[in-house]
Amino acid sequence: MMIDHPILGPRDAGEFVYMGCASLINRPDWQAEDALQQFTDYGYQRDNPSGGHRELWFHEGGDRSWLVVTRDTVTHAITQVELARDVARREGRSK
Amino acid sequence: MTQTNRLQGGMIDRSRTLSFRFDGKAFQGHPGDTLASALLANDVRLMGRSFKYHRPRGPMTAGSEEPNAIVELRTGARQEPNTRATTAELFDGLVANSQNRWPSLRFDALGVNDWLSPFFAAGFYYKTFMWPAKFWEKLYEPMIRRAAGLGSVSFEPDPDSYDKGFLHCDLLVIGGGPAGLAAALRAGEAGARVILADEDFTLGGRLNAETHEVAGMAGHVWAAQAVARLADMPNVRVMPRTTILGAFDHGTYGALERVSDHLAVPEKDKPRQILWRIYSKHALLAAGATERPIAFENNDRPGIMLAGAVRSYVNRWAVTPARDVAIFTNNDDGHRTATDLRAKGVNVTAVIDTRPDAPDGGDFEVIKGGVITNTSGRLGLTGIEARTADGGQRRISCGALGVSGGWNPNVALTCHQGGRPAWNADIAAFVPGSALPPNMSVAGAANGALTTHGAFHTGAEAASQILDHLGLSAPAPDLPEAEDGPVNLTPFWHVKDAKRAWVDQQNDVTAKDVKLAHQENFVSVEHLKRYTTLGMATDQGKTSNMAGLAIMAEVAGKSIPEVGTTMFRPPYTPTAIGAFAGRSRDKDFRPVRKTPSHVWAEEKGAVFVEVGMWLRAQWFPLPGETHWRESVDREVLQTRKSVGVCDVTTLGKIDVQGADAADFLNRIYCNGFAKLPVGKTRYGLMLREDGIAMDDGTAARLADDHFVVTTTTANAVGVYRHMEFVRQCLFPDMDVQLISTTEAWAQFAVAGPNARKLLRKVVDDDYDFSNEGFPFMACAEITVCGGLRARLFRISFSGELAYEIAVPTRYGDAMIRKLMEAGEEFDVVPYGTEALGVMRIEKGHAAGNELNGTTTALNLGMGRMVSKKKDSIGSTLSEREGLNEDDALKLVGFKPVDSSKPVPAGSHLMTKGSQVDAAHDQGYVTSACYSPNLGCHIGIGFLKSGHARSGEIIRLVSPLTGIDHEVEVVSAHFVDPEGERLRA
Repeated sequence: MMIDHPILGPRDAGEFVYMGCASLINRPDWQAEDALQQFTDYGYQRDNPSGGHRELWFHEGGDRSWLVVTRDTVTHAITQVELARDVARREGRSK
Repeated sequence: MTQTNRLQGGMIDRSRTLSFRFDGKAFQGHPGDTLASALLANDVRLMGRSFKYHRPRGPMTAGSEEPNAIVELRTGARQEPNTRATTAELFDGLVANSQNRWPSLRFDALGVNDWLSPFFAAGFYYKTFMWPAKFWEKLYEPMIRRAAGLGSVSFEPDPDSYDKGFLHCDLLVIGGGPAGLAAALRAGEAGARVILADEDFTLGGRLNAETHEVAGMAGHVWAAQAVARLADMPNVRVMPRTTILGAFDHGTYGALERVSDHLAVPEKDKPRQILWRIYSKHALLAAGATERPIAFENNDRPGIMLAGAVRSYVNRWAVTPARDVAIFTNNDDGHRTATDLRAKGVNVTAVIDTRPDAPDGGDFEVIKGGVITNTSGRLGLTGIEARTADGGQRRISCGALGVSGGWNPNVALTCHQGGRPAWNADIAAFVPGSALPPNMSVAGAANGALTTHGAFHTGAEAASQILDHLGLSAPAPDLPEAEDGPVNLTPFWHVKDAKRAWVDQQNDVTAKDVKLAHQENFVSVEHLKRYTTLGMATDQGKTSNMAGLAIMAEVAGKSIPEVGTTMFRPPYTPTAIGAFAGRSRDKDFRPVRKTPSHVWAEEKGAVFVEVGMWLRAQWFPLPGETHWRESVDREVLQTRKSVGVCDVTTLGKIDVQGADAADFLNRIYCNGFAKLPVGKTRYGLMLREDGIAMDDGTAARLADDHFVVTTTTANAVGVYRHMEFVRQCLFPDMDVQLISTTEAWAQFAVAGPNARKLLRKVVDDDYDFSNEGFPFMACAEITVCGGLRARLFRISFSGELAYEIAVPTRYGDAMIRKLMEAGEEFDVVPYGTEALGVMRIEKGHAAGNELNGTTTALNLGMGRMVSKKKDSIGSTLSEREGLNEDDALKLVGFKPVDSSKPVPAGSHLMTKGSQVDAAHDQGYVTSACYSPNLGCHIGIGFLKSGHARSGEIIRLVSPLTGIDHEVEVVSAHFVDPEGERLRA
């Protein structure tokens, strides 16, 4: 596979390490009333879609950025690649 | 007389003669020959024995689809089994042997299987070797394994090397026949970066095998000129002897280039083969088509081959398989073979055409509406029996028979991304379906355009469309005039009522086997394949799958497209494992990382151990020491008595800088770091988000906004990855930067009562590191040896007064020598990983065995370290009920009641008097060693309720190794439990 890195351009998937669903960015609030339940869901409940999937890839053999890659799990077609940091900011993780 | 079957013409170099041996007999051929063509030239048709019935077989094809003519090529360490004689290029001195026969190819004792064939039908093994069940392991399986398999391997290491390489292009053209050449020429002339790959050693595809003229010249001459033009273009790379093995994601193709297989041995420093990874913007599949046979009674005798292959041998290699040749066909293409044979003066005894309306022959007889009902000739064809349209029988004498059942486009690569081929009734064959791999196009015969004219035009047209996508343009070139005859074919797959009509010749599957599978309700084509093994041999059914599907469709009352095809998977042709391994073998299997003191340790005679990729000194034997324990015990005792030095560079080091560095570490570690003063180091425990311990280490605060974090050797990479995840994905606006500095600093532990005295001689005078000035857990940036920058940490893994000193890596070798020289007066001892381990177990420090992916801070005795006042990774889930039960496992120590007994790691703990089973398990030993300080074996591990059971005598069992004795539960801190030494 080729991942079109937003900074470095197309790179071979072999340079990356895969982690899993990009929902891992949405870490719950530790002070929430039901924090234990929220963290349990966060850690153990993941979608496993056949089709479009937003997932985390780490450019370990490259610039060490975490990316959010939108990939079709059936065809492996990659439709979007973003810096995970940008995604995290957009999703409200700025301090 | 040699080469009795050699004809005039052909693409061989008659000016040179090559000698070779087959089954010990000497033969001659010419450059340009394959092993198969050279053997046929010498009137050798019998080249192998079949897999199951050991039937005599000869070549069926002239290419990589060959099922029968597979041999052991070369001898000694280079011997390669199952090599297709039809693609093996002849070289001087080539040695090949037939396989799967004993004692000889002409007389094969296991040929008896053929007489027993009624017992060996599809599913034979499943049906026969069921009872008694206990016979399977001892009798049946070994027996079957001995009989199975084809060629044999040398059992010697492969003396050749294999490379891997990477190529990039705008357009990858797969196949160098007329379609591929037309496409490559157009794209090359337009300036695109083109790779043209073909599995053959001479490009041209069928142009080399046919007599059609192209642009007024012989087809192969036109092809050679086209290749020469392409070779002159700097933007075009022509790759003969290169098979595209698979179509992978996003335009990536795997290719195997056989660099040296046509030579006796590779040239000096050249690899045997190169496995290329080709990154393409576009790919054009122009892989041509494979002719398919018709199944009939005894259709496997040496001499029976595909009609197109006969043309290849006659035209390209100037060889006829026999002096009298007959043809069996269902289409006009078969007649071409007869015409070409006649043109070379070979006698065509008859053309049997299944079509009642078949065209007339020229100077050969055509039996219209006829079929072949049997053949004769034990080790080679001598004649055929044909049934004529009016039901009469004819016996026709011939030494070879060309069979044509039509052509199947080579669609394999179009299906590697999950696509399925589509049925084209016009040519009665599967053609590429609509779901091609992205950016792949198909042209020529591979796309069902079975004429030369069609190949040129579809190839050039496909290239033009690709050039449009690339934003390149070129004037449409004049395409050469070429043959454009219609494809007249009436599907005909097998002659009915045959007893043994071979469908898959490599796996010995007959039409009857296919019918039997259907009778036994194997209705899915994938089941049919696995039950009969049709298409599962090394040729992957390239010549047999279609007939299998057709017969299945017939007995199921379905159409062929309704039956469908099995999956096509890479690699396209068999590929040596060595090519996939490349240079990653033996010592180079993976990189070796050496510590900065490696050379020095080698000089000292150290014994090394692999730790991840690192080579670390395990112990340093002195002359006279005969057992590793002697060395290790000495290193431990001397360190605890005076001072020892150990290279700890391999521990991961991560530099953490930024205004939010302390806040960041607060999130990473379960314990607090915000209030750690500058100049201090703190032990930190990292949890995974699920509350399980991930790693531990120290963080030293060198400045308000600067920490140095250490990780365990094994987790250095994973911890860094995790920290970057937390930084980028969870706290994207923290002002903090990370960089791995593991390899930037050489770091040495200096441990023992004399550690400070030793270091005083190394550290520059202006640094106070008295016990008061530089107490336990202090850290500082200092200089050593008169100005060299260094870092000093007062941390201790051994439990002794200890420091770790770091210098830039390039000074690591000098530093170890300096430390040893300075320590001479204290009898300093270097110690390796074994002594390191003994001392940390004596001290009860957790390491990888304890942080084993199942244990929590509570288990490790650090439950109270998990701060509830802040958010850190894993803190919330570490509070889960199931991880906090009253009798949770806790880290404790164990001493044997009988001090002569060991405490092996991995042993489980059982309460005295209880049953020994999982339900009564009380815990397990994680680390163990012989403690020279205590004079007995000791261990640490996890025990339910932990210290509450101190003093209890508990049973240590390891049913696997027969260990069963008693140990006492003690503190894990065997040495200096109060920690006085490390604060001294």
